[in-house]
Amino acid sequence: MSSPRDEGWLIRVGLASCGIAAGAKEVYNALSARLGDKGLGVTLKKTGCIGMCYNEPLIEVVSPRKERTFYKQVTPDKINRIISEHLIQGKLVTEWAVPDEEINRLLAKQQRIVLRNCGIIDPESIDDYLAVDGYKALKKALSTMSPDEVIGEVTKSGLRGRGGAGFPTGVKWGFARKSSGELKYLICNADEGDPGAFMDRSVLESDPHSVIEGMLIAGYAIGASQGYIYVRAEYPLAINRLELALADAKKAGFIGETILDSNFSFDIKIRQGAGAFVCGEETALLMSLEGRRGMPRVRPPFPAQSGLWGKPTNINNVETLANIAWIILHGASVYSKYGTEKSRGTKVFALAGKIVHGGLIEVPMGITLREIVFDIGGGTSSGLELKAIQIGGPSGGIIPASLMDTPVDYDSLTQTGAIMGSGGLIVMDETSCMIDIARFFLNFIQKESCGKCPFCRIGTRRMLEILERITEGNGKKGDIELLAELAQNVKRASLCGLGQTAPNPVLTTIRYFRNEYEEHIYQKKCRAKKCHALINYTIIPEKCTGCGVCAKYCPVEAISGEKKQPHLIDSNRCIRCGLCMKVCRFDAVSVGSREENA
Amino acid sequence: MSAAPWKAKVDDIITQQGRVKEVLLPCLGAIQEVSGYIPQPAISYLQECLDVPSVDIYGVITFYGMLTTKQQGKYVIRLCNSLPCHLNKSENILRVVERKLGIKAGETSPDGKFTLETVACLGLCDKAPAMMINDKSYGNLTEATTQEILAELNG
Ligand SMILES: Cc1cc2nc3c(=O)[nH]c(=O)nc-3n(C[C@H](O)[C@H](O)[C@H](O)COP(=O)(O)O)c2cc1C
Ligand code: SF4
Ligand code: SF4
Ligand code: FES
Ligand code: FES
Repeated sequence: MSSPRDEGWLIRVGLASCGIAAGAKEVYNALSARLGDKGLGVTLKKTGCIGMCYNEPLIEVVSPRKERTFYKQVTPDKINRIISEHLIQGKLVTEWAVPDEEINRLLAKQQRIVLRNCGIIDPESIDDYLAVDGYKALKKALSTMSPDEVIGEVTKSGLRGRGGAGFPTGVKWGFARKSSGELKYLICNADEGDPGAFMDRSVLESDPHSVIEGMLIAGYAIGASQGYIYVRAEYPLAINRLELALADAKKAGFIGETILDSNFSFDIKIRQGAGAFVCGEETALLMSLEGRRGMPRVRPPFPAQSGLWGKPTNINNVETLANIAWIILHGASVYSKYGTEKSRGTKVFALAGKIVHGGLIEVPMGITLREIVFDIGGGTSSGLELKAIQIGGPSGGIIPASLMDTPVDYDSLTQTGAIMGSGGLIVMDETSCMIDIARFFLNFIQKESCGKCPFCRIGTRRMLEILERITEGNGKKGDIELLAELAQNVKRASLCGLGQTAPNPVLTTIRYFRNEYEEHIYQKKCRAKKCHALINYTIIPEKCTGCGVCAKYCPVEAISGEKKQPHLIDSNRCIRCGLCMKVCRFDAVSVGSREENA
Repeated sequence: MSAAPWKAKVDDIITQQGRVKEVLLPCLGAIQEVSGYIPQPAISYLQECLDVPSVDIYGVITFYGMLTTKQQGKYVIRLCNSLPCHLNKSENILRVVERKLGIKAGETSPDGKFTLETVACLGLCDKAPAMMINDKSYGNLTEATTQEILAELNG
């Protein structure tokens, strides 16, 4: 080996839960076995989310000269070649490496503050965190800043809550600090329930100490002595790593009595949710923490005045808290250089849906949607035209392709009828039916409404029924107007954010895709070929060779025909799964509107 | 009768954190995890230990999607049906599982081996369609890989 003696090779394996789902653990074990018995002097490291989730399992090889190479879709049987060619002979295995252009393209427009350590450090090692200035901000705050100065700095940074509502974090802390009472609570909201959102999960799995440090600084600022992390039970790996991180931080003296010889004492407990979306809403979360049904309540009083067990309480989102240490360490003025005047800093997005580069990104506010979807995300995975994006989950809305130049800031996004939300960004191409999407979200709301407000419970059910009949081909004249009217009522008469924002997906699809609603209602046509009642699968006799493959795959035996004779689909039996179309090698299956094909 | 396995867990939590109503949800979560459901004796036990009326305990159980008083299968399959998975045809995967196991979403197989549920986003959207079986995650599901996964568990 020709590497300099002082520094050897380093291999990092991305072991966040999506990496593990793709088989990264097997890759890690194979590497560990292989490197162990060859004594190559290579450091093998576990790390969290690297961000290129679409390339997983992903490993990074760092040479002694610090040249970094990423290998994608690694399997245990690719390891030998990577080690012998790259590490021993010093030649990249180019066909498996992620090309430099791809990495540059992904990173060029990103700014990583929240994700600063994700994919770099080992989330299970406090030493790793300490080596990248971990807990330095806490030391700085405790030894050189008063609580008011900390609040002043966070206020000056312009940071706004990343959990959805966008309330200025420093101002919120100020309320909690001023609230009278000996005992105060600080809560980290890790209930992340928006479909399509996995930002908080990745941060907790990849850099749990950064969230803990943020909580400690927040606790110091508002005068709290007890912290809670409320995390969804669906995130077992995040919970594991948090538990480990808390234990290590306690041992190191960052959590406990008189932390770092200051007079600040703070403890943190983890509490798991139990599968109720509404518990992400802050007042419902408080009820749940008290061991009750998670029903939201009227505000005021705000949690800052009367929160957990009636005590002053401050609730912040995971991503909000992960910004704090960086801001304290680097200063508010450096942070506020990023972003726009009213939306400072960066935002993490989870790109999902029909996108080439699905994964986790962090961008400065003010970037356009187009830059996110095309420059970073690489456009649609199907190669078809972009139709729209969905942002903000069930509280958010749809933004059509024509508005892709909208800058990502709180106000511009709200103007489109959507919201910034927590960071889920779902890309849709021509094959997505907008009415189906609206129906989909209302169905979700129906299941998750806590049932307290009649309009949220019953109004959304009425809306769902209308959408269902439209997708089933039974839409009537006046349905669109009725939907819009119900939507206004639900918005107005709901107590919590869930109901108040539930109509947004319907309202935005009507606003931008009214013609599709009309097509469904008047022409019984679904241009995306999605609504089962409005489409037909048929076999084109001229193209069919009678191979019978489709009949073998059809799950409901809807296809019949003699060998070598054109086959036929029984439309009454067919459940429109589309499998026959996927498996036919002769392009003989077509899907069309009922009339066209009939 | 030997003590039920959930009892040790509940006692642990109460010893560590005290007899306060706050621990009701953690206790219920722990019972659900070790027993696969919340049995009647556990409810009586909690009622006594934490001094919470049983109606309140039932109220909490019915509110939270992951808690149930019905015995669940050895393998709990949670198939995501949120938007990114829906866009990637999660309903086809659902159909495969339903057909293979002969049960519908929300049901448990007669042999007590499988419970099938459809759930909201599991945070694996970049690998849609996705599911979890107990604590293990599976992504990029196709009809074929789903069949393989189920066959392995059935094996
Ligand atoms: C239905 C509903 C669900 C919510 N879910 C979450 C969530 O999962 N995570 C989160 O941080 N905030 C969620 N919120 C927002 C919280 O109520 C609260 O605004 C937020 O945690 C405050 O933290 P921030 O100021 O740091 O954003 C939700 C709100 C509503 C109405
Ligand atoms: S797979 Fe295609 S060619 Fe073969 S029988 Fe089916 S439709 Fe005909
Ligand atoms: S769409 Fe599905 S159900 Fe219908 S004929 Fe084709 S394979 Fe069978
Ligand atoms: S690279 Fe795996 S979570 Fe992002
Ligand atoms: S939408 Fe299915 S895992 Fe997120």
